[in-house]
Formats: sequence, structure tokens, C-alpha cells
Amino acid sequence: MNPQFIADGLVAGAMIGLGAIGVTLTYSILRFSNFAHGEFISWGAYATLLTAGLIGYLAPSSNEGYGPFSVGWGVLVAGLIAMVLTGLLAVLLDRLLFRRLRRKGASITVVMASFGASMALRALLEFLFTSSPRYFSRDLQIAVPVVPGIRVTPDQMALLGMTVTLALAVHLILTQTHMGRSMRAVSENPALARVLGIDIDHVIHITWLLGGALACASGVMLGLVVQIRPYMGFDMLLPLFASAILGGIGSVPGAIIGALVVGVSEAATVQLIGAEWRAAVAFLLLIAVLLIRPSGLFGKRV
Amino acid sequence: MPDLLGLVAYGSFFLAIIGINAIGCLGLNLQWGQTGLFNVGIAGFIAIGAYTSALLTTPATTDHIGGLHLPILIGWLGAMITSGLASFLVGAATLRLRSDYLAITTFGVAVTVHLVTLNAQSLTGGSFGIAFIPRPFETYASQPAVFGLANLALIVAVVVVLYVGLERLVRSPWGRVLRAIREEERAAASLGKSATRYRLQAFALGGAIMGLSGAIHASFIGFIAPDNYLSSVTFQIWTMLIVGGSGNNLGAILGAALIWTTWSATGFFTGMVFPPEQQARAAALQIVAIGLILSGTIVIRPRGLLGERTTVSRHLNG
Amino acid sequence: MKTTVLRVENLVAGYEPGLPILNGASIHVNAGEIATVLGPNGAGKSTLIKAIAGLVPKVSGQVCLGDRDITDVPAHRMIGNGLAFVPQTENVFATMTVDDNLRLAAGVMRSKSALVRVDELYGFFPDLARQRRLLAGRLSGGQRQMLAVARALIVSPTVLMLDEPSAGLSPKLVEIVFQKLLEIRATGISILLVEQNVRAALGIADRATIMVEGRNAHEGAAATLADDPIVASLYLGASKARLPATEARP
Ligand SMILES: Nc1ncnc2c1ncn2[C@@H]1O[C@H](COP(=O)(O)OP(=O)(O)OP(=O)(O)O)[C@@H](O)[C@H]1O
Ligand SMILES: [Mg+2]
Repeated sequence: MNPQFIADGLVAGAMIGLGAIGVTLTYSILRFSNFAHGEFISWGAYATLLTAGLIGYLAPSSNEGYGPFSVGWGVLVAGLIAMVLTGLLAVLLDRLLFRRLRRKGASITVVMASFGASMALRALLEFLFTSSPRYFSRDLQIAVPVVPGIRVTPDQMALLGMTVTLALAVHLILTQTHMGRSMRAVSENPALARVLGIDIDHVIHITWLLGGALACASGVMLGLVVQIRPYMGFDMLLPLFASAILGGIGSVPGAIIGALVVGVSEAATVQLIGAEWRAAVAFLLLIAVLLIRPSGLFGKRV
Repeated sequence: MPDLLGLVAYGSFFLAIIGINAIGCLGLNLQWGQTGLFNVGIAGFIAIGAYTSALLTTPATTDHIGGLHLPILIGWLGAMITSGLASFLVGAATLRLRSDYLAITTFGVAVTVHLVTLNAQSLTGGSFGIAFIPRPFETYASQPAVFGLANLALIVAVVVVLYVGLERLVRSPWGRVLRAIREEERAAASLGKSATRYRLQAFALGGAIMGLSGAIHASFIGFIAPDNYLSSVTFQIWTMLIVGGSGNNLGAILGAALIWTTWSATGFFTGMVFPPEQQARAAALQIVAIGLILSGTIVIRPRGLLGERTTVSRHLNG
Repeated sequence: MKTTVLRVENLVAGYEPGLPILNGASIHVNAGEIATVLGPNGAGKSTLIKAIAGLVPKVSGQVCLGDRDITDVPAHRMIGNGLAFVPQTENVFATMTVDDNLRLAAGVMRSKSALVRVDELYGFFPDLARQRRLLAGRLSGGQRQMLAVARALIVSPTVLMLDEPSAGLSPKLVEIVFQKLLEIRATGISILLVEQNVRAALGIADRATIMVEGRNAHEGAAATLADDPIVASLYLGASKARLPATEARP
């Protein structure tokens, strides 16, 4: 077997992982599986595309590939702006929809609402941008060998580096800051958290902002490595859930490790069986986890 | 008067589609409305039914395996068995876990079934799908009005039989246990393993009914392809049940009628407004509209139009 | 005349609309005292303390902290008003370390001095200082209770409310925990103590209120209540709880 699948799998896993962190955070704090999370990935990618276009209009040099990379600083800045915008979209969706249902205490209804919202958000993208794919850059990249048998493009290397940075940042936020401790506290025992003076609504907002921003980052990477389509996030949904559950829902390191497992398994499948069966891998892993160890690798209880 | 006949043909086609959706919706009502089980893979279970029936009833062919040329009714029965079995397996794996896991797993089922229909060429005909599926009353096909009415009558008959059967089931001791499980998770816990068994039965039966809906649709249209079974189907059926009133079989049927009418009307409207090259794009607006209807109903009127009848709920305390 | 730091008047509250658990409960805590609320199982003691803390919806009545009306203050603002609460069960974050539990409470204050306070409390609870890196879920019952109390003290509250801190503890540990409560009172913090353990509670309290079926049925100085036959009858009327025949200080 050609070891190239490992590199491809890690790159895919990195993108899945950034989305899966958001899924696992919203799950542990709000206690529901958000089917609209994939749309944050797509909306984030399109928001970046539009913002980069605007920046490119104002500063044409921003679009030129920087060094060995296929895109310039314009996309980087646009991505950062879009991360904020996507976070705000998540907060807005919570305000308009999820929060009202949460107040009524019907948790599974929230899941259904997220499913409806996901359909509507995706269809809206399809209406606005049509279903034809878009790209950040048309430049073809040369993959360079890193170890014998494994080639990686400069873009992919940058993305891996960024994923590690973002994942570390989330880890530090959760373990070292007051907001992070508050998030863990709300996730374990919301009533006790309130007694201690933690404003749950505020924690929920931050959770959505964080989840939305990471989903956007995932979308930008997906757009760089593959393409931008209205369905890009929806197609990620099953890998996201599989990773979060595999890693143990609620665990951020678990989500990343789960995502790497999913990504590498997908890449191996593509190489061994064929690309058309890629999407079934996440499902099989999901079923395996649910049958063997429903709490996942790092989870406590279901 | 060919115009009138055309209208009858169109009208009966329209109503037949409503009936087929209503069947799927009744299946969902058994799972969600009565038992509180959250299925996000309806399209997958419908597809399993449609393909089973197609493989059983089509004439011998070299395009795919199957082609057993069995009677249509056998095809429908086979569809119920395979979809029911698939639901049973999914339920057995996930019903003892958190309710979200059932949702995620059924979602995965739909994705995977779609993948199989697309890629397992020899089984499903791949992206071209399966054609020449025998239709009931095929001999009248040259007279669209008669053909349409005959099929409509058959579908209405199925809906009525299902409705009556499900209503009796709802009122039976079995149905009461289901609702008790749904309403009172804690009381259900005291039922222990048997609670899971009841839920599993309801989930499998609901899945079988969805499979039947897919089989009837396949037999009615005579042609199936993977893209008939995208998540938008799941989404439509859900909206039908929520708008009509989950927990109420009549609501399921009413919802099917209302949402299908809305769907067709918005399709007609976007067809008028947007130029032909923009049609695909405009179709997305239909989904946005349905999405807004679904979300709006959940927030503003979670009981739907009809809601669960109080005569039914009263059993809870009795 | 003593100043009252916490006053609850005619409180009606419950978990579900139309089903009040408290039917007009009135209690008060004077400055620098330990006031205790006693009563049989299911009397509504926990509901009372949770309603004061803002965790159970109030239908009518009034809660005042000093001269501030805090009836409608949301639960997470109570701390800022000087009211701290230690719940009966699940009162520590089991998946976080002892240190994180305390820092979490300190973080709410948004000031550097709160972190200094964490160290002060380690001094006050030396056992916790030794186990600061341990997950709170690994602590013994007594240490857990100490952690919960320490965490509530981080904010230097005016009033500290405790729901059955003796629950599940051995008599020896109860004595240690209650000794801490006396030390806390000595620092000027007023305490509202809800208890099942009548003997121990009356032992350290200045004043006691007996609650039955959601309202206060009897009230008096702790020292006299222990021998009061009315108390025994209120208790025995509702449950089989035993009362001490004679007052016994721990
Ligand atoms: N979360 C809740 N939801 C609904 N009812 C509750 C809830 N918690 C307690 N109750 C009810 O409120 C009443 C009073 O309970 P509460 O816990 O206040 O009693 P208590 O005096 O603290 O008893 P104990 O000494 O056993 O702790 C009981 O009838 C109980 O069933
Ligand atoms: Mg209590």
C-alpha cells in the first residue's frame, strides 16, 4: 500500500477535526446534536470567498499567491473576518431558533429544528451561488516529497500547521482561561455553574462563536484543498458526528483524534476500494463505535 | 372533452403523490408521533423499499440483478420486509443509547443507502436507476384519466387501510405502552428491557411502512433513480408530520396534503418567475420556504394543526 | 436590636406552575449568626434555599439581602450581591481539579484579589491545599463538602447558605465540618443552614426555624428548641425522625 494515504488522511482529518470540535462543544454545553453545523462550514467558506473578493478589489496584490502558496494574504485576512461572521451566524441561529426551543425544554425538538435549519441554510446558498463549484485559486500546486513515498503540497502543510495552532488554542482556552473553565463547568452541571455566578447565556454565546469560527476555518481549508460548493458542509456532517462520537462526545482532544482516524480511514478506503465509497467509511466507523464502545475513546457516559 | 380528461389525469396524479407521501408520513408518525423516536434517514428507508420492490417486480434484465418479475403485491410486501428489517437493525444498535444517536445513525443510513444506490451498479443500476418497473393497471396506460383514477383508488385504499390499522394500534394496549414510554422516560425505565423492545417494534413497523411508501411510489412512476432519495425527502416528510400534527394519524395525512400542495405551488410559482436557465437555482427557494415553515411551526405551534387528540392522551393517565 | 442580613417573607414557589411547594415561608438571618432551618423529609427545605438562590421560580413573596430586594435577581447574579450557596448534592465539579473548582469561583470576581483569596482559603482548609491537583470527583465526602464550602467563601459573601452539609458524613466528619462553620461565623459571615441532623444543627445554631409542608411551623432560640415538645410533635407528625432528648453540643 502506498503510504501517501497517510498524508491525505491527516489533511482530511484536520479539516474534519476543526468541525468536530464545534460539534462536540455544542453537544456538551447545549446537549444536542446540531445538524446545522455542516452549514457553518459552507457559509464560512462562501463568506471567505466573498470577503477575499472584496479585499482583492481594494488591494489587487492580495490575491497573488504568497511564496509557495496558491493564495495570498487576502484569503488569510478574509478567513479571519469570515470566522467572526460565521460565529455570529451561529449565535444568530441560536437566538432565532434554538434558544426558544431550549426554553421549552424539548431537547430532541432542537435537533429537528437544526435539521430544518440546515436544509434551509444550504438551499439558500444554492440559490445565491448556484451549485457550481468555486475556487479560491486556480493555481495548480506541485506536491513536494516530505518523506519517501509521501508528497504534500505547500498549502496542505500550511493547513496542517494552522489546524495544530487552532486546536492548541482551543485546548488552552478550555484549560487555562476563566471562560474555558466556565464552559467545562456548564457542561458538567449548569445549575451549579449558575450558583457560582456563571452567566450561562454568555457561555452559550461564546460556545457558538467558537464553534462557528472553527467550522469556518474548516470550510476555508476544504475550499483550498478541494472546492467550494453549497453541499460541502452537508457532506462533512457524517464525518463530524462520527469523529465526535468516536473521540467521546464532549472531549476536544477526542474529537481531533477521532477526526484523524476518520480521515485516514477514508483515505485508505479511497486507495484500496475507490473514491466513490469514501462517504460510507464514517458511517461504518460510527456503527462500530456505537456497538463496541458508545462512550467513545475518551468519553465518560452516554 | 380531452381537457377535462387531462385535468382528471393530472388531479389524480397529484392526489396519488399526496397519498404516497401520507403513507410515509404515517410511518413517521408511528416512530416519532407515538413513540418519540427521531428518524433523520426517512429517505434511506423509502429507498430500500423502492429498490426492493423494483428488483422483485421488474422483468428479467441484464442491467442489474433481480428482475424476478414477481407480482406487484409481492414486491410491496418484500419492500416492507427489507425496510422493516433495516429499521430493526438500526434500532437494535442505537435505541438503548441517547436519542441523538438514533438521529445521527439514521442520517448515516440515508447517506450510505444513497451511496449504494449510486455505486452498486449491478444491484441498483447506478445513477441511471431502474426503469420499466411494472405499474398497477398497466393495461389502461393509454387512457391517462382511467389509469390515474384506478391508481389513485388503489393508493387511497392503502392509505385508508393503514389509517384504520394504525388507529386501532394506537388505541390498543400496545399503543398505550408506547405513549407511556414516550411521555414518561422514568416510568419507561422501570419497564427496563421491555421498553426498548416496544420502541424497537414501533421503529421497525414505522420503517416497514416507509418502505411500502417507497415501493408504491416506484410502482406508480415506473422508474427510480438515486436522486429521488435525497435528504430533501426526509425533510419534506418531517415537515408534513410536524405541520399536520405529530401524534395524530389524521394530521399526518392532512400535513402530506398541505405540504405537497405548498411544494407544488411554490414550484409552479418559481417556474413562472424565473427563466428556464435559473430553474435549478429557483428550486432551492422551495426548500428554503419549507425550511421556514418547519422551523416556524416548531417554534410557534409545536402541536401542529391537529395535534394529538385528547382522547388519545387521556389513556396516559388511565 | 440586631440587623437582619437576609429576610424572606411569605415566599410561594415551586418547580411547576400551579404546584407550589413553598406556601408562604418566612425566615430571616441576623448579622453574625447561624440560623438553621429544620424539618422532616420533603418539607421543602431544599426548595426554600434553592428559591432564595434563584434556582426555583418564585410565585410571590419577597427576598431581601440587607436592604436590597433580590427577589427577581437571576441565580448567577446572587454571588455578586453577596449571597453564596452550597447545594445539597453534586456541589462540586467532579471532572475539574480542586484548584480549577476554586479558580472558577475566583474568576467570576474578575479581579486579581480573588486569586489571592484562593491562597487564603488554602490556608483556611489545609487539606484542600494538599490535594489541589486532584480531580474533585476523587475527593472523599468530607473533603468534597469542604471544597464546596471553600469555593463559596472565595467571593467573601455576606450570607452563606448551606443545604445539609452533614449529609452522608460520619459523626466525626460532621463535627469537623460544623467546627469550620463556627470558624466561618467568627469571621463575620452570617450562615443559613438547612439540616436533617437536628442534634448537630441545634448544637451550633443561634436560632432555628422548623418547616413543615412548605411553611414555617415553629421558631425559637436553638438552645431552647432542643427541649421543646412542640418540635418533637411537629417532627413525629410528619416522620419518624428522632430528636435528641437533651441538648448536646458537639
Ligand atoms: N426538581 C424537582 N421537581 C419537582 N418537584 C421537586 C423537585 N425537587 C423536589 N421536589 C418536590 O418538592 C418537595 C420538597 O422537596 P425538598 O427537596 O425541598 O424537601 P427537603 O425538605 O429538602 O427534603 P430532604 O430533607 O429530603 O432534603 C418534595 O415533595 C419533592 O418531591
Ligand atoms: Mg433537601
